Amino acid sequence: MGQFPALLRSKDRQPINYLVVDDSVFARKNVTKMVESFGGKVVAEAGDGVTSIVEYDRTSPDIVLMDITMPQMEGIEAAERIIRQHPDARIVMVSSVGYQENIVAALQKGAKHFVQKPVRPEVLYEVIKYVMGTDLVAAEGAAAGGA
Amino acid sequence: MKMELIQPFINAADAVLSETLQCNTKIADVNMDEQVYRRKGTAVLITIQGDIEGRVILDLDNSTAVAIAGALTGSPVAEGASAVQETLFELANLVIGNAVTTLNDQGFRFKIAPPVLHTDEKGVTGSEDTEALVMCFDTPSGPVYMNIAMRYNRRRKTEREAAVAS
Repeated sequence: MGQFPALLRSKDRQPINYLVVDDSVFARKNVTKMVESFGGKVVAEAGDGVTSIVEYDRTSPDIVLMDITMPQMEGIEAAERIIRQHPDARIVMVSSVGYQENIVAALQKGAKHFVQKPVRPEVLYEVIKYVMGTDLVAAEGAAAGGA
Repeated sequence: MKMELIQPFINAADAVLSETLQCNTKIADVNMDEQVYRRKGTAVLITIQGDIEGRVILDLDNSTAVAIAGALTGSPVAEGASAVQETLFELANLVIGNAVTTLNDQGFRFKIAPPVLHTDEKGVTGSEDTEALVMCFDTPSGPVYMNIAMRYNRRRKTEREAAVAS
């Protein structure tokens, strides 16, 4: 994985907090490793849409990285429910299924962006910068996790 | 053999393996198979139902699965059933998801069943209709086998044509 300047919250220069939602443990580990290499901190994980809503309420993350196809409740519905309760939620959909209908549906429900799997670290890094906007600063030097 | 239905899966497998393993893959072997499919190692089966129907089997031997798991996670993975299965399921989801994206954007509508472990020594027979294409991707982590049988759903096609005519 490449070296990335750490991304910090501009308000307190603390790491960005992430909620990672995916039914695959493997995928969650992979994304977690990636965001840690950007200097971020995964504050919670969820394996389905229902749990993601509970975890969002509990941890109030800065960004949610949400898979689409999951058991119990799919990612688009979970995103919609989170945004209904928390209109400022920043949710990025992360899925291998990237056809237009899916992307449009997710964006219409309030998701901020879409990243297709397999996730490329440089793509996710840019998307996080875009989604965080002015609420983010890039620290000088690579993040500690950027091996 | 409906190459227009199969090509998206080949392209997706090639792209996913190249991207995840950061390597160039090569299709080492391709053949048609009407016989019962005999798995090479741990295999996962995904079925598709809708405008098109069929199945895809991804098949890895254990040492290849462990090597790919290590490459995907960026750290060594101990050989064990759960690591191998997780790798296969993730790989299958990535390949199928990417292929589905292409087919869906071409206007096909269908449902995909979640991947299931294909544990029988033999099974899943091809037929005249669902003659399978079996290919082997050479990767630095070892061979990855993909077996695809796909066809148009005749009933759906008739329904679509009737709808257009009316």
